[in-house]
Amino acid sequence: MIGVLLRLYWEFFKTGLFAVGGGLATLPFLKNIGETTGWYSYGDLMNMLAVSESTPGPIGINMATYVGFTVAGVPGAVIATLGEVTPSIAIVLIVAAFLKSFRENPCVERAFYGLRPASTGLIGAACTGVFLEVFTGVRLGGDGFVNRVSLTGEPLILWPRLALGAVLLALTNAVPRVRDLHPAAFIALSAAVGILFAFGGA
Amino acid sequence: MSRELWTLFVTFAKMGAITFGGGMAMLPILQREIVYLRHWATEEELIDYYAIGQCTPGIIAINTSTFIGQKRAGILGGIAATLGMVFPSLVIISLVAGLITNFADLPVVRNAFAGIQVCVCVLIFNATLKLMKKSVIDHRTVLIFALVLAGSVVFNLSPVWFVLLSGAAGVVLKNLEARGT
Repeated sequence: MIGVLLRLYWEFFKTGLFAVGGGLATLPFLKNIGETTGWYSYGDLMNMLAVSESTPGPIGINMATYVGFTVAGVPGAVIATLGEVTPSIAIVLIVAAFLKSFRENPCVERAFYGLRPASTGLIGAACTGVFLEVFTGVRLGGDGFVNRVSLTGEPLILWPRLALGAVLLALTNAVPRVRDLHPAAFIALSAAVGILFAFGGA
Repeated sequence: MSRELWTLFVTFAKMGAITFGGGMAMLPILQREIVYLRHWATEEELIDYYAIGQCTPGIIAINTSTFIGQKRAGILGGIAATLGMVFPSLVIISLVAGLITNFADLPVVRNAFAGIQVCVCVLIFNATLKLMKKSVIDHRTVLIFALVLAGSVVFNLSPVWFVLLSGAAGVVLKNLEARGT
């Protein structure tokens, strides 16, 4: 138990230290933790993300709490969350000591010029894996250095899900007023569609 | 002193409990509570904290809370505000996660989550597009974005390496540019 908690703290400490750009930037790290430890699958992670988006609080913290709870109950939730905020607290306290010079420091500005697109690229890659998992029978991953493509034996493309995805994409971008609704509204709608058409095959 | 820390904890816990969506969604709530009601920071300071919170590692809402807390009551204040901010998440998520674990095997729950996963895909796709508009701004950032995206899809590597490499790349590229002009 202590071993698992220490590992949780360390993994989330790394996430808090290297995830640049807020809650969603932690997603690639969480995906990586799931892959290397076997604590949870992609599917579990997606469910956690859905719950984190529809409950109050910062999404990154909700995700950390949820992953921690999944791995080791309430102590796990507390440890994962503390691990994730420790680097933030340390860095912000240091930065606050010389606030002006940090913002105007050319080296910091230049590093972030490269960090921002990289963070977006990492999120994009995490999305790719997740999209394959949700919409297709294709899987990406493996233990080696190079990821392997494999098939699950399910249909190659899950058309009903893809159709729902297309409708949601249109609703959240193109329809005035509807697109400003809270994400929880779209999540509720999708849950209803999932139940109605037995998306989980159950 | 301990009273001040308690006030910080409670104030940030209250904000953590009523904010949906985190990050940007939190700005108006912080403005109301911190700037207008409590006068703990000016509008300009809050914007500064936000800007720095976005360009330091970690979760933006947490970075901003630490900033405001430390301004009020030093290091302990920063810690009290941050713990306040995460406290509601800890309670709510632990309750919800406990419930869901108990009902996860029901067909209705499995089907609902299969639908919800589609929605989450669309939500993160939209969020990623928004991030791209802010971070992928010229030829070189397009290149960094594309290389990291492809590298992370193809190779089984910790994101840490990509973050370190691209930070270094940013410094090198911008230094070359500064030297060229």
